[in-house]
Amino acid sequence: MNELAGSRPIPLSRLRPWLLAVPVSLLLAYLVTFDQGAVSQMGSYLHELMHDGRHLLGVPCH
Amino acid sequence: MVRTLLVRGLLVGLAAGLLAAVFAFFVGEPQVDNAIAIEQAASQTAEAGHDDGAAPHSHAEDEAAPAHSHGEDELVSRPGQQAGLFLALALYGVSVGGIFGLAYAGLRGRVGPRSDRAFAAFLAGAAFVAAVLVPFLKYPANPPAVGDPETIGSRTTLYLVMVAIGLLSLGVAAACARQFPRYGPAAGTAGFLVPVIVAWALLPTVDEVPGGFPATLLWDFRVASLGTQLVLWTSIGVLYGLVTRRGAASAPMRDAVPS
Ligand SMILES: [Zn+2]
Repeated sequence: MNELAGSRPIPLSRLRPWLLAVPVSLLLAYLVTFDQGAVSQMGSYLHELMHDGRHLLGVPCH
Repeated sequence: MVRTLLVRGLLVGLAAGLLAAVFAFFVGEPQVDNAIAIEQAASQTAEAGHDDGAAPHSHAEDEAAPAHSHGEDELVSRPGQQAGLFLALALYGVSVGGIFGLAYAGLRGRVGPRSDRAFAAFLAGAAFVAAVLVPFLKYPANPPAVGDPETIGSRTTLYLVMVAIGLLSLGVAAACARQFPRYGPAAGTAGFLVPVIVAWALLPTVDEVPGGFPATLLWDFRVASLGTQLVLWTSIGVLYGLVTRRGAASAPMRDAVPS
């Protein structure tokens, strides 16, 4: 927590182990916004379930 | 700790996504319903004469199929899709919240304001402008019934290119602000706007609103869509600043490092 008390940057070496969270997060965003069953293997069920969210987030839908 | 900042981002993102879903449910759903009513009226007119009223699920079976079905025969009912709105925005919030937490960990103390609260607001504002406002102003959100299904591939690509240009322009802005520290904010703003405006001018325009689609409905939907994203990012910026400040205040003093 010490980094939060001051304004010193966190060394990049300590950031590196967590960078895997970026592709994982992007995959999650992909499942919400674009997947049509290719990744989730649930057909278009997820796609249809997320339908209104996708429109209102401003992502092209159809 | 990076882990703390990441977990905080995921949780704040979840809360922000749910807040945005509440806004979207009350402000956006009426517009989606109206647009679907128009879409169904149009497809019923088009299908008059066919006896198999079942419209194909375009996304599932064939990219080029003409209709994206929102009828009674669909996979997920309309109430199901309205509940799915909360799931979609919660997951989206977690996703962008995680990236936000890591960006916060990597950039704090390197760019922008020094205090936790101001930096969280700064980062969320920059993300909203670059990843939401910049693409929205070129390729605004569309309700159901707007947009030619045959061009969904190219429209999606153009949208993502615009998101990428917005985010890369943030990097240009940071480099410019560092290069001309005396004019930091002005140099940063110029460094952001120049590539964005060039991209706005060069990328092709999409104009696929069907003739006769009500302009007020289109406008109300787009305002609701931008409002949803605004609620999401405002919540992320404010909530992240609040929890980080509390976390810093409750951290043991022996951990404090003089700078
Ligand atoms: Zn749709």
